[in-house]
Amino acid sequence: MRMRLAVLLVVLLIAPIALPSVALAKEGQSQPPPDFVPVENAPAGEQIPAMPLLGLAYGFIWVGMFGYVWSIARRLQKVEAELTELESRKS
Amino acid sequence: MTRSMTVMMGLAAGMFAVAPFMIDAAPYEATMGLVYKIYFFHMPSAWMFLTAAVTAGVASFRLLFLKRPRADHWVIAAAELAVLFGAFTLVTGPLWARKAWGVWWVWDARLTSSLMLFLIFVAYSLLRKYGGPGSDKLGAGLALFGMANVPFIYVSVNYWRTFHPPTSVVPTLPVEMGIPLWFCVVAFTLLFVILLRLRARLEHQRERLEALYLAEDDI
Repeated sequence: MRMRLAVLLVVLLIAPIALPSVALAKEGQSQPPPDFVPVENAPAGEQIPAMPLLGLAYGFIWVGMFGYVWSIARRLQKVEAELTELESRKS
Repeated sequence: MTRSMTVMMGLAAGMFAVAPFMIDAAPYEATMGLVYKIYFFHMPSAWMFLTAAVTAGVASFRLLFLKRPRADHWVIAAAELAVLFGAFTLVTGPLWARKAWGVWWVWDARLTSSLMLFLIFVAYSLLRKYGGPGSDKLGAGLALFGMANVPFIYVSVNYWRTFHPPTSVVPTLPVEMGIPLWFCVVAFTLLFVILLRLRARLEHQRERLEALYLAEDDI
């Protein structure tokens, strides 16, 4: 009984690996390559496009620059308005 | 606003308006292609990042050892600019690296020490915002430590193995790439001086305001 179970287990484990190769051999198809295969030029769809990266880089700097200039101008305006009001109140 | 500031602001605005056309006219690089054009804003941002760190360090030295309390305004201004230009450098660099190196980031000496410098000035800003009394001197110590990091960042690409281009790239650039680069360096330097002066002025005015409120309370 134990022996039969062991044989069944081995068959179940090997079958998924062995059957497709047997089927391929029967149909006369070539085996898949055993390792990674290098290519000279990557297909166009596989290459990283430069334009979005370039746009993001310049966009980030422009937004950051304008944002910071606006923030300084707003803070300076607020403090100077308060200063003028306080000085006029004192005088 | 002084006359010199108005002239500088007009000049900087004009240069930043012309810069995209000059960058567009620059030739492609043989191995990196179009993406290398990030360099024209990345490199000047990195230089201003280091300049801001040195400015903060020098002003901190004046505050701590020469007892000039107004130097604190310049430390605050320069530290904020170090965070701004540091963010520009650390965001544009990985965008360039993704295409040129195939990865967003590598933990080499240049990139890691630049990130450290950025974090030092973020820490400085947080310390000044939430640190309360005495945080000016503690912050100045931190800014001095940041300045000490600058020479290490600059030479790191020449001594340790890295993907990052070495410092010898800039003086050996072909003329058609060098002209737009130096144009952008001048534009960023002008922007840096303008922002530094404006930010320091904000601190001077805040000090005046505080003094007026204190005088009002005394009456």
